[in-house]
Formats: sequence, structure tokens, C-alpha cells
Amino acid sequence: MVRTRIIPTLLLRNESLVKTVKFGKFSYIGDPCNAVRIFNELEVDELVFLDILASPRGTEPNYKLLRDIADECFMPMGYGGGIKTAEQAHKIFSIGFEKVFLNTSIVNNPNLIEQISTAYGSQATAVSIDVKKNIFGNYKVVTCGGRKRTALDPVIWAKEAEKMGAGEILLTAVDCEGTWQGMDCDLISKVSSAVNIPVIAQGGAGNIGDIGEGIDRGGASAVALGSMVVFQKQGMGVLVNFPDKKLIEVELGKH
Amino acid sequence: MITIVDYGLGNLGSIKNMFNRLGIPSLITSDIDQISSASKILLPGVGSFDNAMSRINHGSLRKVLDLKALEECIPIMGICLGMQLLTNGSEEGSLPGLGWVPSKAVRIPAQQGLKVPHMGWNKVLPTSRSKLTENLPNNARFYFVHSYCVKVEHTKYSILKTNHGIDFDAAIQNNNIFGVQFHPEKSHKFGMQILQTFADI
Repeated sequence: MVRTRIIPTLLLRNESLVKTVKFGKFSYIGDPCNAVRIFNELEVDELVFLDILASPRGTEPNYKLLRDIADECFMPMGYGGGIKTAEQAHKIFSIGFEKVFLNTSIVNNPNLIEQISTAYGSQATAVSIDVKKNIFGNYKVVTCGGRKRTALDPVIWAKEAEKMGAGEILLTAVDCEGTWQGMDCDLISKVSSAVNIPVIAQGGAGNIGDIGEGIDRGGASAVALGSMVVFQKQGMGVLVNFPDKKLIEVELGKH
Repeated sequence: MITIVDYGLGNLGSIKNMFNRLGIPSLITSDIDQISSASKILLPGVGSFDNAMSRINHGSLRKVLDLKALEECIPIMGICLGMQLLTNGSEEGSLPGLGWVPSKAVRIPAQQGLKVPHMGWNKVLPTSRSKLTENLPNNARFYFVHSYCVKVEHTKYSILKTNHGIDFDAAIQNNNIFGVQFHPEKSHKFGMQILQTFADI
């Protein structure tokens, strides 16, 4: 059986690694290639890189930076940010990334999911869904790094993405992101019970117990970690790290 | 020097990067003369079986590879689809394989709750003793991405097995010919161990 995956997600802003809180305020973490070298040593399962400015600025992925990252990275990698065409996805695959994450562009052009999935397989085609509660307390999809609201319901959107050929969904609860306050298990469970493809839950994990909650209560297939892998503790300094694998196994074994 | 055969399929950069990291000289090439003079060959591959075999059968590459594998008997290792090419053939295609390891590739059967392609990290278990795997730690795990899997004709050709709904061969060997279904170049410490050992053979 394939192990439950715990995936560091690293945010790229220009050429640097940063960490955001609720997609807003950000802290500088350091050089992405240095972080990759550390994650090699830590033997993590896979890495995901998300460029948080590509879509808001309307720029293409920074292929040069991705190439530098790929040169250092000896584990499976995914990339998201600014991908608008199948050709751009192709460039990212040929650099050595296994997977692309589509988000902003597919809201207006869902066919892109199908195009990439048909050409490269659903295992290489992931969809990233950022979700925020609106003033009525309903979950709605947001795009463009949280800057644009949409009327899309995340459950319906996830099912649509699956139908179009997505192999995986990265589900981010924007209101929890960077808070260390625990994951939105209600949202995770709504989406993961509606689709048959793996859901990677992201946003709010502050300790190993939160990871277990996301998997057990939320029903996620995998959990993505942001703050936990780049800070010593909440409110403390930068430290690229990964939670103790034995403790994770114990936690996941409880459920 | 490890010669990485480039027959137009797959991303070979990450394999070379790992050899660079290990300080092992390697060369990506499609040049027949360079392949002819190789002392150790790596046969990578991503994509479909027939596409790969027809590229290999085209021109003189097939003849040179057969010579290196069966007469000069230099160490050769196939990775992922490259391992499936070592078999007699695959359910994925209609062309015969290289036939260097008595085996065939079959579709991984779809089962309740198990996804195909088999994609992700998985543990492996040693089957027969092999130089390639003797240094692997007990907790070795590797990164897999594939929809077809290899079944050897005799257990002596299997050196590692794994399970995804069914048991299948994760690594195979017939004398100087080796194959690994997983991606060592994406399996950090454990993958480095495999590539290092292959370089040391």
C-alpha cells in the first residue's frame, strides 16, 4: 500500500521562499534551493512549490528558478502558479517536475485540465482549490492568490475537476492558512467525500495531532504542511524542518 | 563512467543530477559510437512500451545494445519503462521486448480502493540475493509511477518485490542485466544507494 503522504508546500515569491498567513502577510524564509537541499536530507516524500505571484501578475512560471530547484531535488516534485497552457505544463514536466497544479486559469478554462490530463496522465495533473468562507459563512472558491472571489462551490468545483481528468486535489482553507490553529476538517470532509481522487488538505496544521485530524476526521489522503516545516514553532524563527516520522506514524496509527 | 542512453523518451536530467551529486561520472547520449564503447549502461524510459521499442529498434541502437548486454556482458540497468523493456513483451504493446530477462509486463489490475497508476512511495522486500540490493537498509522505500508491472518467469530473476493490490517484481536481474521499476533518481537516500551500488558493480 502507498503510505499516507505528508507534503511540504513551499511558497515562491520572486526568487525567494516565503510563508504567508491567510494568503496575506508574509515572512521571508530564504533561498528555495537551500531549502530543497535540507528536505533531501530529511527524506521527505515529495515537495510542492507554489509561485504566489505568477497569477496575480499574469506572468509565466519562472522556468530558470524551477530548473535550479530540479537540479537539487531528489524526490518527486509538483509545481503550481501561472500555468495557462498545456505547452507551459510541458515545459515544467521536461524540467523534471512530476506534477502540475492548476488553479486560477482553469476557472475560466476548465478544458486545460482535460488537455494536460490527456497528454500527460491524470497522475501528473493536479488541481489546486483555494477556499474562503463568504460573509454568509458559505465556502466559496477564490483564485489569483485569494484576490478574486468566485461563486463556485468547492465541492461542485472539485467534482468538475475530477470529471475533467484531475488526478488529485490540493485543497487549501485560506482562513486557516498560516494560523497554526488546526485544519478545517468540515471543509476537507465535504470535498474528500465527494470525489474519488486523493485530496491533499492544506491550511492550519500546527502539530502532528492536526495532521491526524485532517486524515481521520477530514478524510484527506494526504496533508500539506507550510508553517510547520519552515518555522521552529509558532512565532519563532525560521527553521527548515520536518516533523518526526516515528511520531507521525504513531499518530496516524491511532486512527 | 555510466552511459545513460537517450532514445528520445523521458527526462534524463534528474538521473544525471543524482550521479553528479554522488560524484560519479555519467554521460547522456544517443550517439551509437559512445554507446558502443560504454562500460556501464543505464536504460531509462517514460512513456509507452511500443513507442520505446520502436525507437530502440530503429537504426543500429538495438544491435549495439544486444551486443553490449549479451556478448560483452557489461552491467546494464533499466529504470521504470526501461526495466519493462528488458522483458519478452508487455500487455501494453504488441512489439516484443529486448528479451534479456525471462519475464513479461502485465497491466496492474484495478481493484477497489487501489488506484492505477501505482504512484507514490512503497516499501520493497528482497527476494533473491543480489549485489545491487545487498546494501539496502530494511526500511528501504522507493518512488513508483507505473500502470504495468513485471512478472518474472522464475523467482531467481526477482531481486525485490513490492505490492500494490498484487505482488510484483520491483527489481529484477539476469546476470549482468538489472532492472528497477521505481525511480531511484526520485527516491533520495535509497535511490542514491542503488545508483551508487550499480556504479560500484
